[in-house]
Amino acid sequence: MIKAILIFNNHGKPRLSKFYEHYNEDTEQQIIRETFHLVSKRDENVCNFLEGGMLIGGSENRLIYRHYATLYFVFCVDSSESELGILDLIQVFVETLDKCFENVCELDLIFHVDKVHNILAEMVMGGMVLETNMNEIIIQVDAQNKMEKSETFIFQSPRQDR
Amino acid sequence: MPAVSKGDGMRGLAVFISDIRNCKSKEAEIKRINKELANIRSKFKGDKALDGYSKKKYVCKLLFIFLLGHDIDFGHMEAVNLLSSNKYTEKQIGYLFISVLVNSNSELIRLINNAIKNDLSSRNPTFMCLALHCIANVGSREMAEAFAGEIPRILVAGDTMDSVKQSAALCLLRLYKASPDLVLMGEWTSRVVHLLNDQHMGVVTAAISLITCLSSKNPDEFKTCVSLAVSRLSRIVSSASTDLQDYTYYFVPAPWLSCKLLRLLQCYPPPEDGAVKGRLVECLETILNKAQEPPKSKKVQHSNAKNAILFEAISLIIHYDSEPNLLVRACNQLGQFLQHRETNLRYLALESMCTLASSEFSHEAVKTHIETVINALKTERDVSVRQRAADLLYAMCDRSNAKQIVAEMLSYLETADYSIREEMVLKVAILAEKYAVDYSWYVDTILNLIRIAGDYVSEEVWYRVIQIVINRDDVQGYAAKTVFEALQAPACHENMVKVGGYILGEFGNLIAGDPRSSPLVQFNLLHSKFHLCSVPTRALLLSAYIKFINLFPETKATIQEVLRSDSQIRNSDVELQQRAVEYLKLSSIASTDVLATVLEEMPPFPERESSILAKLKKKKGPGAVSVELEDGKERGELNGGGDRGVPDLTNALSTPSPSADLLGLRSAAPVSGAAPSAGSLLVDVFSEAGPAAASAGVNDDGFLRFVCKNNGVLFENQLLQIGIKSEYRQNLGRMYLFYGNKTSVQFVSFSTTLNVQTKTVEPLVEGGAQVQQVINIECLTDFVDAPLLNIKFRYGGALQNISLKLPVTINKFFQPTEMAAADFFQRWKQLSQPQQEAQKIFKASHGMDTEVLKAKLLGLGTALLENVDPNPENYVCAGVIQTKAQQVGCLLRLEPNAQAQMYRLTLRSSKDTVSQRVCDLLAEQF
Repeated sequence: MIKAILIFNNHGKPRLSKFYEHYNEDTEQQIIRETFHLVSKRDENVCNFLEGGMLIGGSENRLIYRHYATLYFVFCVDSSESELGILDLIQVFVETLDKCFENVCELDLIFHVDKVHNILAEMVMGGMVLETNMNEIIIQVDAQNKMEKSETFIFQSPRQDR
Repeated sequence: MPAVSKGDGMRGLAVFISDIRNCKSKEAEIKRINKELANIRSKFKGDKALDGYSKKKYVCKLLFIFLLGHDIDFGHMEAVNLLSSNKYTEKQIGYLFISVLVNSNSELIRLINNAIKNDLSSRNPTFMCLALHCIANVGSREMAEAFAGEIPRILVAGDTMDSVKQSAALCLLRLYKASPDLVLMGEWTSRVVHLLNDQHMGVVTAAISLITCLSSKNPDEFKTCVSLAVSRLSRIVSSASTDLQDYTYYFVPAPWLSCKLLRLLQCYPPPEDGAVKGRLVECLETILNKAQEPPKSKKVQHSNAKNAILFEAISLIIHYDSEPNLLVRACNQLGQFLQHRETNLRYLALESMCTLASSEFSHEAVKTHIETVINALKTERDVSVRQRAADLLYAMCDRSNAKQIVAEMLSYLETADYSIREEMVLKVAILAEKYAVDYSWYVDTILNLIRIAGDYVSEEVWYRVIQIVINRDDVQGYAAKTVFEALQAPACHENMVKVGGYILGEFGNLIAGDPRSSPLVQFNLLHSKFHLCSVPTRALLLSAYIKFINLFPETKATIQEVLRSDSQIRNSDVELQQRAVEYLKLSSIASTDVLATVLEEMPPFPERESSILAKLKKKKGPGAVSVELEDGKERGELNGGGDRGVPDLTNALSTPSPSADLLGLRSAAPVSGAAPSAGSLLVDVFSEAGPAAASAGVNDDGFLRFVCKNNGVLFENQLLQIGIKSEYRQNLGRMYLFYGNKTSVQFVSFSTTLNVQTKTVEPLVEGGAQVQQVINIECLTDFVDAPLLNIKFRYGGALQNISLKLPVTINKFFQPTEMAAADFFQRWKQLSQPQQEAQKIFKASHGMDTEVLKAKLLGLGTALLENVDPNPENYVCAGVIQTKAQQVGCLLRLEPNAQAQMYRLTLRSSKDTVSQRVCDLLAEQF
């Protein structure tokens, strides 16, 4: 099972946090900090797996991460998941984001956090993988965007938008 | 076309985010956020006619603020209101808010549940998916109660869209994990299993997670999935890389699903059906063959996907542990990976090999890679990989290579990362003990450990070396000599001083013949470290000194001088001061004989599980130490315990707990100084008249009263009261016996013997006083006879003799097991052989009060299971009896018949003698 999915930048600023087990808000923030601390001090070219921090379950859980440009994508998983499989999953997630945002960059994740959540929800649900086929995921996201567009057209009022 | 065009964002949101990003300081950021929170709050409160777009914008802002780590304590109600909107955009943002900021407020959950119910019945697939996602995200019990019945229906209905089916499968899984008792698969089982055949690979992907989880909990009900999984796997593995279209990932057909299928098969033993098994073996061979083919792409994704399947296939081969051919191929494949340039593969190969090392077919094959692994330990740049290499060395260690591996681990320790040193130390200590052929090597290894990584040598490790030295007299001389040499180092670790102090205090005499280590030299060496040590170590050294006075009378004057000095006798630390005062006094007033008795050599420690092993287990969780558990016999050999011959139970009168016995001589401190007072002599005359008749024969009245309780009075007559306090954990127990003298006259020559192994208690029990005795108990295998305790003492002139059965019964080693009704009945059925069951029908000898019955059943040590038996009058219980040899699962059913005042008691367990014994014991309780 995937326990949490975290995205943060090279300075540890969280860009997405999705927990599939309940923690209180303070613990969540601590987990993000601890995970960043563990992951960021590692060299490039070392392996992509490490034992989880104490907060998220220590040796029971494993952190599997990839580093893309300014962002770290970290999946915290238990022993029932294949490590290499999760690495592929991260790749699918990033490729999907890239397709949806057209050359995705950190700013896209900042300004469209809701969209990122939606895309992720098409892949992972309740900590289990729902779909691994990128085209299938994009079809779903496209469909949602269409619905959104048709509705936005009806009620968006550009005036005084603060 | 990009799915999200960049122009359609919300301007207000973008402005707010930019503001935050431009904040120069944390204070400015907080100020801006507070302003925004106030704004949103007032908007939510004031303007009732907030349009959907604004609500969405504000909710997005709240999400952003939350992500920055600020608490959000409002907005939930607005989000819930959005759920009932019929606009997708609003509904979607409402659900998003709830899934990120889950709130367990039940009033709110009720409203959310209503909205979900509407969406689930809307037949709009998008809305249904949103609702299912929300259930999966929150996953609370209330939601399970509301929807556990509905979701299986959606999952298997013929007209459900594929995307909804996928969501329903995972939603159900989530509810099952949270509240397994509410998700009843029964009628759906077969249809859920057949989802493995679904045309849509996405449905199979989602369903397989559900099926794997259900299978691991109820393997029998789901076992038809094995053949379906094998045929699905076979179709994927043998397909060309283009057959599966979108599910082909970098030229590898459906890697994720293949991995999951292989995982599912790991819930089961190898298929019994020859055809299915043949097909599976073929798949596994194909996967192994493909690993040798040239890659279809240079991309790392290609090799990742391919190897993900390969590693799962290897795990399955290891899990089956029955195909020597495949095991050796797997081992060779992993051997190749050990030298692969991809760090990830080296890491995973080391990890898989760890499990392979415990298979008898492949243990030898794994050992051939020892040089590579040692090299990895020395040269890997990545600490995670080095850690795995250390684990593997530990797993592949046996008698043939122990010296090499321990030496390598020791030398690695000198430079090892701080984060893994403690674990390394424990592992070295365990290997050294387990494979020690000669004890001098063991002692050397541990002293090296202390020298190299003294800070990481925990108490358990140095206690253990002392225990072993004390229990083995052939190593005592060597140990004394070696610590003496080690202490010569100008700077040595405090743990070394502790071990040195203790060992020289006990066995310094063995090396005192050599003038270079004469008594005074030894003392001066120890005392030169004294001032650098912490209080507990100093206390230990003081005890060593008093032992020196006994061992070497010629040091008496010097040591008394030290004890008498102000820095000892007026030390501000109470413990040190007291020791100095008492030891000084003891050494000056006690005769040589008394001194020799009080300061006698420590008796052998009782055999018990190595405390180091226990510590490692605690550190690593149960899975990590499986390797040495199966090797228990070898450990026993090293401990050299003499009590292996006792068939049932090893009881040993404990020297007190490790911390007390290593640091203190308290228990041996003077106790018998006071002479009986005149008063008690006077009473003596009167009480002489009625001494209780010395009882013969075994008294077991008390015995049965303790089946369901652990504390109380075991025995009482006019003279003596024996109280018991006991505690049990797994297969170990500890019992405190309190012998209370009810008279005002002392009992002399007081002694107790146990028919197992024993050590004397204090021979005098003063009038009105109580002495305590501790018994450590280890249950080796199941047993019927209780240990016998014989107590003899003189009271007045008469010799008293009491024999008691110690209330140690097999049920004391119960661990309660909670289980649901379905599990209970399944296991009940599994234990259906006639000899596994024991039954008694008997008349009630006490009242049949429900609470009393419950308390007794709980006292038995089992878990009392509610809502299992269809008849609420009946009681069912479950537990596992932990013995060293094995664990015996036990199920119990008690059926009271209030009218007839009768009970029927049925016991089922995997071992006939256990069923019978527990049944006999319990039948006497009602």
